[in-house]
This record gives sequence, structure tokens and C-alpha cells, in this order.
Amino acid sequence: MSTCKAIVVAIALFASAAAVAQEGPRLGAPVSPADIAAWDISIGPSGAGLPQGSGTAAAGAGVYNTKCIACHGEKGAGKPSDQLVGGAGTMHDAAPVRTVGSYWPYATTLFDYIRRAMPWPQPQSLTPDEVYSLTAYLLFLNGVIGETDVMSATTLPKIAMPNHDNFDNAYHEPRRR
Amino acid sequence: MKKDLHQNALEPVAGNGLLHRRLFLTQGAAALGSGVALLAARNAAAAPLEVPATMKTPGVPATGYGERSHFESKVQRITNGAAPTLGTGGSRTPLEYLEGIITPNSLHFERHHNGVPDIDPEQHRVLIHGLVERPLVFSLDALSRYPLVSRIQFLECSGNSAGMNAPEPAQQGAGGLHGLVSCANWTGVPLAILLQEAGVKPEGKWLLAEGADAAGMSRSVPLAKAYDDAILALYQNGERIRPSNGYPVRLFLPGYEGNMNVKWLRRIKITAEPTMTKDETSKYTDLLPNGRAEMFTFPMGVKSVITSPSGTQKMQGAGLYQISGIAWSGSGKIRRVDVSADRGKTWAQAKLDEPVLSKAVVRFRLPWRWDGGASVLMSRATDETGSVQPTRAKLIGDRGPNYRYHYNAIQSWNVTPAGEIGNVYV
Repeated sequence: MSTCKAIVVAIALFASAAAVAQEGPRLGAPVSPADIAAWDISIGPSGAGLPQGSGTAAAGAGVYNTKCIACHGEKGAGKPSDQLVGGAGTMHDAAPVRTVGSYWPYATTLFDYIRRAMPWPQPQSLTPDEVYSLTAYLLFLNGVIGETDVMSATTLPKIAMPNHDNFDNAYHEPRRR
Repeated sequence: MKKDLHQNALEPVAGNGLLHRRLFLTQGAAALGSGVALLAARNAAAAPLEVPATMKTPGVPATGYGERSHFESKVQRITNGAAPTLGTGGSRTPLEYLEGIITPNSLHFERHHNGVPDIDPEQHRVLIHGLVERPLVFSLDALSRYPLVSRIQFLECSGNSAGMNAPEPAQQGAGGLHGLVSCANWTGVPLAILLQEAGVKPEGKWLLAEGADAAGMSRSVPLAKAYDDAILALYQNGERIRPSNGYPVRLFLPGYEGNMNVKWLRRIKITAEPTMTKDETSKYTDLLPNGRAEMFTFPMGVKSVITSPSGTQKMQGAGLYQISGIAWSGSGKIRRVDVSADRGKTWAQAKLDEPVLSKAVVRFRLPWRWDGGASVLMSRATDETGSVQPTRAKLIGDRGPNYRYHYNAIQSWNVTPAGEIGNVYV
């Protein structure tokens, strides 16, 4: 074996050893998109993954007054839990009031969070129509949409939240060493 | 140097009686001899020593799972009243009762968003999907066969010490004020290995981590962090992690704000952009006086707090004390901690106990001869990046009182001639 070949073999051996160390034992079970569906509940700003269905503020008021009012107060006024409505223009104040209308940058977050976590004693119990309706009701109470506007997979990602442009991303990708 | 230290061991190195950090180490009894003798001469004589009853009766047998002495049962996590919704809220580590750097698992701080789930590890699965070549599901048995890494690192809730933004100083102890920080030996599977097996597509830049709790707690994490030092933690101080800390598996992101270290981890979805979940938009964002808010402020800042003597404790008469405290930084190792006993006018460098580890709590110490007068004790940490813990006035002056998260200012303890110790703003 020439010196040159020996070096090549040595490099190849080193490279494969490093790759094995990085890879691990490969014990993950493959899973199909259909089998993931029940778990894949996160909704980003693009709205990808929003389910079929729709709702309006009028329908949402009924759901709200049955399932949400005990914690969030009449028309989202808050207490004992978070205030959901109002506070517009208070972000410069000594005591800013952070609500869906005054602070939240994305409307899709409302759908995501209501569906996964609310109502507090029965999370993931609402139908897509109920979640769309509650989303519409809270956006309507905050003056973001009209009372008859229909929220759906098509319309919700297009909502421009009032405070959207007042966030700055503090994270910067580190340079590769 | 040694000779000087010996001769001047009891000479203060900074105002109000701070002594050299190597005093206890090098000269110990020799240097202190005269002082100790003087103190002892003032003490009342001890009572006659009798043989203790424990030497005359056999003790209890060994047990399957240990408990601390019942004499220590007063040491409890601190809960600040009932949360508006059962299962939200949390509890704090009683820092003033602990020593060293490791937080016992039973006293690790907790923060939950809808209670602690009771998860059967046989049934639990972790899914990795999204922008990957091969979506994969892992059982706990499978994860436990992966190469593990083990590191001592702190975890701090982003909202720790938020009460210090209040206009008047709350009269609580070190744990009540700053106890949403703990430090443990975390062992788990490097996330980078699992991501490599799933095959992240080039457009994947972030991941969404989601818990299997009733809040479906979810946060977006940059993939650079996942590849750097993130693990799927299975063990906490050698035993399987506690339910309140994410049993059977949690994401652990060294140095990053606690909320991102998603407990009861069930899903990792690779995405091109952040998902903008509730807990990274409406919460855990930092509102500035100009009305703009910063999001994705991930690393916890350099910070320290004196735990002894500290708020709600009482001095036991004038004489020699050891000031003891903890320091940590989300950006690396602690380089030094300075201590002041005179309201920040003069400072003395504290001794750091080994080990001094990256993104871990370090214990600092400094001898102090309290003359029985008024004093304000402060500690100021500096990390290896050169970041220095700011004063409260500077921190709040720079970013206002509504920032809410990432409070890391210098803590000041006021000591009165009566020996009372309280939280004070300097």
C-alpha cells in the first residue's frame, strides 16, 4: 500500500467513525403524515394546517358566555384570568394593558392557543367551528374585524393585528465557526 | 504574598469589614487564632456533655427511597398564594436554605401552565416531523438506548425576580424573590443526533417544541441552538426527572429562558419560521418604554444573589461571618463575583468554589467581620463574555419597569444594627 493510499484509507476510516458517533442507533419508528394528523395542532402565521370550518363573532359570543366568561369576564374584561379585550394605545403607559387587541402580533396564535389549551378545564374539546367563532368574537370585541366577518382557514391568516409592527426580533443566527 | 496575607488576614480589603477571600483557605486557624480566641472568651461556657440517647438505642433500618431528616421539614418550596386557575403558577427554590450548587430534586423550582400530567413512560412518544426527510416516533425505551451526555447546568424562569420591578422592595427572602432558578445534573440525548436521523431539510431553520400537558405548552427554538447543546433530558441529578420537571422527557436548552425547556416533550416540528405561539408573543416578550417589544430574548443574563446572610434571616451578633451566594450566566462561565458591604462604595473579590462550569450555578464565598453596625450587602457577577450584572437603577432606567422578564440586577440586602436583614433598593 502506498503512503498516499494509506492516508486515504485513514481519512475514510476517521470520517466513518465520526459519522457513526453522530448518528446514534437509529431507533425511531417511521410514521405517515396521516398518523401524525391528530398531533399536528400548531398553527403558524401562514395559517398552514388550519382546519376546515368557520365562525363569526355572533356564534362566538354564545360559546364565550358558556365556556370562557367565568375566567375571562364579560366581553373579555378579565379577572380572575387574563384580560382579553381593550388596552389599545397603552403600550407606552406606565401601566400598559396587554390584551389580544392591544399586544398580540398574530391572529393565528389565537386559534392555535384556544384550540390547544382552552377552555382551561377541558382543553382540546372545542370543535373547529367553535374555535373559529371564539377567535372571531375576540377579534370583534377588540375592533379588529366586523361583527359579521367570517373567520376561516382563508380569512384568519390575512388579519393584520394592530400591534403587529411593534415587535423586534432579538435573536440573531450565530456565525458558523 | 502569603506572608502579607498572614500578617494582614484580619485587615479588611473593602469597606465595612470585608476580608480577603483566601482567609479561610490558607491561614485558617493560624490567621484567625487571636480573633477566635477573643470571640470565644466572650461566649458563655458550654453545658456538661452527656452521652446522646441515639448511642443507646438502635436506629431505624435502611429504606427503599430516602427521606431527609424530619428536623428539616421546614425547608419547603415557596408558593406565592393560589394562582387564579388551579394548576397554573408554580413554586420557588428556597435558596437561603441550600448550599453548594446542586438543587435537590424535591426543591427544584416549578412553573406549570395547566398542572403536572401523570404520564406513563410506556405510552409516551416523542415525534419529530415537519421539514424532515423521515418523520420519526421515539419510545422512551428507544431514547434511553441513545448516547447520553451529562452536564451540570442551571435552569431559570424568564420571569424570575420580576417582583423586583415593583416600586417598593418586597420583604421576602432570597428564594421568595429569586427562587425561580435551580441547578441540576441533567442527562439526556443530544437533540442533534435525533435531528440527523430524521434528516432536516435545508429550509428548516426553527423547531416547535410541544409538551403533553393540558396547556400543550409550546415554544419555537432556533435550530442552531438544537445543534449546539440541546438535549432531550431523561435524568435529573441521577434519577429520572421528576413529574414537575417534565417526566419522562423534557427539552433542555442550556442557558435559555426556562419556558423554552419544554416539559413532557411529545413533539418537535421542524419549521422554516417561528410558529409564534402564545408563550413567545403575548407572554415572554419584553415591552420597552417606547412601546416596542423585544421577542426571542433567549439567554438568561449574568446574575448573582447572596443567600447567607440574606433577607428574612437574622444576624447572630457581631463577629466573623462567611458571606455565601450563587452566581450564574446563560452565556457561559462566571469569571468573578465581587461583594460589597458598604452599599456598593467598595468591593472585594469573592472566592469561587470549584467546579466553575459553563451555564451552571457557581458558589461564591467571602469572609466578613460584621462590626454590628448598619451595612448593605451586595454581590456583582461578571461572566466570561465580560457581561457585568447591572445595578437595579441602571437596568430599570434602560428598559423601564414593564419589561417583566430577564431581571438580573444586583440584589442588595440591608443589615440593621439590630441584625435584621431586608430587601432594599440602592
